Amino acid sequence: MIPAAFEYYRPKDMAGVLSILEEHGDDARVMAGGHSLIPMMKLRMADVPHLIDLQDVEGMSGIEIGVEAIRIGAMVTQHDIIDHEPLASAAPILREAALQIADPQVRYMGTVGGNVANGDPGNDMPGLMQCLDAAFTVVGPDGERDIPARDFYEAAYMTAREDEEVLTAVTIPMPKGGYAYEKQKRKIGDYATAAAAVQIVNDGGTCASASIAMTNLSDTPIYSEAAGAALVGTSVDDAAMNAAVAAMLGDIDPTEDNRGPIAFKKHVAGVILRRAIERAWSRA
Amino acid sequence: MSKKQHYKITVNGKEEEFLAEPRELLIYTLRERLNITGPHIGCETSHCGACTVTIDGKSVKSCTMFVAQADGKDITTIEGIGGPDDLHPLQNAFKEHHGLQCGYCTPGMITRATKLLEENPNPTEEDIRFGMAGNICRCTGYQNIVKSIMAAAAEMNAAKEAAE
Repeated sequence: MIPAAFEYYRPKDMAGVLSILEEHGDDARVMAGGHSLIPMMKLRMADVPHLIDLQDVEGMSGIEIGVEAIRIGAMVTQHDIIDHEPLASAAPILREAALQIADPQVRYMGTVGGNVANGDPGNDMPGLMQCLDAAFTVVGPDGERDIPARDFYEAAYMTAREDEEVLTAVTIPMPKGGYAYEKQKRKIGDYATAAAAVQIVNDGGTCASASIAMTNLSDTPIYSEAAGAALVGTSVDDAAMNAAVAAMLGDIDPTEDNRGPIAFKKHVAGVILRRAIERAWSRA
Repeated sequence: MSKKQHYKITVNGKEEEFLAEPRELLIYTLRERLNITGPHIGCETSHCGACTVTIDGKSVKSCTMFVAQADGKDITTIEGIGGPDDLHPLQNAFKEHHGLQCGYCTPGMITRATKLLEENPNPTEEDIRFGMAGNICRCTGYQNIVKSIMAAAAEMNAAKEAAE
């Protein structure tokens, strides 16, 4: 498999990245770990005449845990997330999700920034970040801006990031309560048939808040506000979980593919969400 | 065709310099340019792990890296882990415990396992199955691969204790 020829750049700072993007426009793309982009280039489904490798750009590999928020640099890998003890205690859902992504070799290379910026509905981090109400920092010729994860995804591979912008960091408000990332896949390394991210707060046996997002069940991740609302004020009993599942099913729009027909995906989505809520509540 | 570039990589302790197009996949650089044929091409689509090498301390599928990305890196292949006259404990354990049949996946398996044991010297069977999930074997059903890695871990730990 031989990808089309390209010019390769490895700039040392973001100014260098932005100037190449400005010069070549649509013909240039940035690459982090490359484990989504390189396979597409090998298949010649992606044509990238100017490839900008971000590996030497400084300041994008840090994990900062503050009092109110966590900031993760775009070049932090899935392996880094799994390996980072303070992060695992501050936001354990990140490790739980990262362990369900791809396989060990891919996790050494695959980055948080690449996973959220790519816009592939199969990626796990976008739904997770919507559940956590994260914001993505992008930088472009006009400076820096933050885009809420819940407003970032427009369609498959279409996001609110402009072509001349680079996603540099993810900021997550400090998660509260119980958590779960539950994923059904056919085998290790596969994308989800259905996956659910749940973060839930228990106030004396009553659900005080709940956030729910689903992966690979539409052409974007789905943050289901209604599903979370169905749990708030309840004791997260069977009736409440049924209501949450029904609300979620109203928000997703799966298509038939080699992971199954629509009815099957909806069934699996319900099973997975119920498991995720039960596990999150048991930890809340 | 883009122009050839000058690259320098270290493979198994030896510095290699050459001209190549940036789009060349690292597995081809190793196998065809440098004649280091331990890493194999199984699927060439990032799934099977036969091409696994260690790059700056990470297990990497070398079919999913351009040579340009590897410029300046330190790479270890199965050839750098042990040879016929000085088998690595993992190589010896695979031999003793029938951790291979056809042998095609073995260089990738052992290269990945060296890193796994470095990160987790006392893995459970479950740790091994999870940590080796990026490597596919079509002969053995994995049971003997897991056994081999368990045996190698025990031997390496015993040798370490004896040395201390």
